[in-house]
Parts: sequence; structure tokens; C-alpha cells
Amino acid sequence: MGFSIVLISLVSMGGMGLVLALMLAVADKKLAVKEDPRVEKAIELLPGVNCGACGFAGCAAYAAALVEGKVSPNGCKPGGAEVAKKLVTLLGLEETEAVTPKVARVLCSGGIKEAVFDKVYTGIRTCAAAHLVGGEKACLYSCIGFGDCCEVCRFDAIHMGENGLPVVDVGKCTGCGECSRVCPRNIIELTDYDEVVHVYCRSRDKGAVTKKNCSAGCIACKLCEKDDDSGSVTVTENLSVIDHGINKAPVGATVRCPTKVIRVSDPAPGYEEYFKEKVREAEEKPSAAAASKRKKE
Amino acid sequence: MEVILIFVSAVLVNNFVLAYFLGICPFLGVSEKIESAVSMGFAVTFVLTLSSAITWLINHYILIAFNVPFLEYVSFIIVIAALVQFVEMFIRKTSKTLYDALGIYLPLITTNCAILGLALFGALREYSFIQNIVFGIGAGIGFTLALVIMAGIREDLELADVPEPLKGAAITLIIAGLLALAFMGFAGLISA
Repeated sequence: MGFSIVLISLVSMGGMGLVLALMLAVADKKLAVKEDPRVEKAIELLPGVNCGACGFAGCAAYAAALVEGKVSPNGCKPGGAEVAKKLVTLLGLEETEAVTPKVARVLCSGGIKEAVFDKVYTGIRTCAAAHLVGGEKACLYSCIGFGDCCEVCRFDAIHMGENGLPVVDVGKCTGCGECSRVCPRNIIELTDYDEVVHVYCRSRDKGAVTKKNCSAGCIACKLCEKDDDSGSVTVTENLSVIDHGINKAPVGATVRCPTKVIRVSDPAPGYEEYFKEKVREAEEKPSAAAASKRKKE
Repeated sequence: MEVILIFVSAVLVNNFVLAYFLGICPFLGVSEKIESAVSMGFAVTFVLTLSSAITWLINHYILIAFNVPFLEYVSFIIVIAALVQFVEMFIRKTSKTLYDALGIYLPLITTNCAILGLALFGALREYSFIQNIVFGIGAGIGFTLALVIMAGIREDLELADVPEPLKGAAITLIIAGLLALAFMGFAGLISA
């Protein structure tokens, strides 16, 4: 009796093990996932900051999509042209156009001096928390000013300025977009290096309301729309919006802005001359509308 | 009726995580984001359901038939380990993202005591085949429920002002305790 139990145990357990092992062996063959060795190499080439600027969850996911040929190799913003070039050689692709480098811009001018503070906030000092209850400033489109964007920056490129607004160090900014994603009010935008003029306000309140809330808000007076003859500046929903696809440098529109929210940006590194040139061009050939108005004045 | 009772009991009253304290490892490990909590919950539910069926068959047609019930632990562990391996391969093939999101916790289902616990409970309580499967599904849904509630709380906790010494694991354990207390409230739902 004793011996038979041992035998039964051995046979039943051994049999079970065998069946399961067979099942797994078959599954291993059937469900095998082929990993392209180039994926590993592409991951090594990428900066590995997992910033997500390419639109994927991380560098590994982007590398996988790259090898599959689903995306172009110029999607990595922190890596820029250099990494794109290396990826092109690795994957044996044809040269694609260079990446347009991007830089983050804080599109709010309502700092401590300009904005009206109509609330007192004593909660947790993060923008995400303060945004839930409306922050301290009257304008609900404004920068909250607790610096979530500065916390999240991996390149030490954005800091709170004296006026309570974050200032981007354009030299250090890689355009990864991390700050832009973390900002609960979507004030920070990634802009192309060659965009010269931006509207530094996001308020869609009516002009009168904006004026009451902040001395540096877009009051939708439409002067910029009139002064720019390329048609790239339009006032929609009480806010001046520049279509950079039409004109990257509508410098004329900046001239008469009463609150100075539409202005020439800090030039991106390597673009200083280009920015100056654009401004000079605009001064030499002032837009017809601006010129006629100026004469009247 | 019996089946409904088993189901409700496994989901709420005798919730595997919050009443039996089984499967705490993924409960604390994968409850940072609701999204991955849901995926983990489904993976565990899947394994629980499958293993409840297979372990029942093994229990009845091998262990009881050959009168070797002392092999219960060994055989259940083998089956669960093989199943998890299979599920891992399957997920890796079908969804790389899910595979990456589950990370280390997927192979850890192998040693998840909730799954072994389920198999042993099923054998102990002498459930029928259908009852055992319902018990498995219920346990899985209960696990998912606990995980998702926990993940929801932890997501909101990101914005809360937690005292310095309680940050991280400490506050998580406190929440787990409070949640377990709350689930004790279901105890009166089914009278034994």
C-alpha cells in the first residue's frame, strides 16, 4: 500500500508536469515575439529621458515604432538633428528633413505686478492643486505661479522669475514639452525656433473682463488684426491668435498692441540674427494700415 | 441562489484583499494608476478564473480519484505557475504596452497567494465545478475592485498634503487598513 501511494504520486505529478511543460513549449513557439535587435540599438541612441515629446510613452516605445517604420526618425525633440541622423544610419533610411527644434514659451504676461489677485489661497502650493479651486488671480487663464513646470523640467531650463511668472531659458530648453503637459492651464506652448512673434496671453474672457483682471491681457481690440497684412493674426473668441503657418513673423502686429501682449519673443539660440532681420524688415516696410494710422497720429 | 451568494461573498464580504489579506503585493505595488490597476485586475481575474476551473478538475480527477490529497499544494502551485507563464506569453504577444505596464507584477502572479488561496478554499469548501468558477470570477472582480479603489485614492493623494514621515509606503498602508475596515461593513450582508 505504502509503495503504491508513492508510485501514484510520482506518476500523477510527473504526468502533470509533462503535460504542462508540453503546453508551454507549444505556446512558446506559437506565441513567440520576435524582437528586432535594432530596437535595442535605437533605444541606446535615444536620450532616454522618456519625455514623451515624440508622442509615445517613452524612448523604448518610440524606438519600437521607429523600427517598425511607423514613424519618421525626426520625432525626438531633445535629441534633435544629431540623434535623428544617427537613427537614419541605423535604420538605413533615406535622409529626412531635419527636425524643427522647439522651445517652450510661457504665454501669460500677468505676473504679480500686472494681474489682479482677488482670492487668498492657503492650500498645497502646487499649480495642480490650486487650479482645482481657481488659484489666486482673478483671471482664470493666468499662470498660477507655483512652479509645477519648474519642478518637472529635467534640463533646468525653466525657473520662476521675479514677477511670479516662469521664465524659459531658451538656450537650455530642449522642447520636450514636459512643462507644457504639466501646466493645468495650458499656458506653456511648444513653439518652433523660427516663430518670431507670439501672443503672451491666453485669456478668452471678454475684453472688459480681461482689462479688469489684468493690466497685461489681450483685450481683443483687434488692432493687431488690422496691422498685420499677411492675414496671419485673427481675433477669435476674445483672443488674438497667430497662425504661424501663414506668417512666422507678423512683427507689424506688435506695434500698436495697447497691453503689449503680442510681442517679439526672445530669440532661440542661433536665431538671434534671424529675429533681428525680421524686425528690421518689418520696420522698413511697415504694413499699410499701421503706416496710415501712424500718420494720423 | 447558492451561486449568487458565493459571488457576492467573494466580491464584497470576503474580499480576498481586504478581508483575507491575500494578494497584498500587487495591491500595494500596482495601485498607483487606475489604468494599470485595471489591467492588473483583469490579468489576475483571468488567471483566477482559469485556475479555479483547472484546479477543480485536478482536485477531483487526480487528487481525490487517486486518493492523494496531500499533493494539493504541489499540484496547485505547478498549475498556477504554468498558467501564469502562459498568460504572460499571451499578453506579450497581444499587447506590448500592457506587458510593459504590468512589468514585474505579471510573473509575480505566480506566487500570488490569492490564487493559491482560491484553489485551496475551493477544495476545502467542496464547491461544485460551476460554484468554483463563480468563486474564481468573484474573487477576481473583488481583487480588481479593491485595486481600483486603492488606485483612485492614491491618485488623489498625489495632491494631498501628507505629513513628511507618512509619505510613501506608510500612508499607503494606512489607507489599505482603512479600506479593509470599510469593507468590514459588508460583513452583515450575508449571514453565515
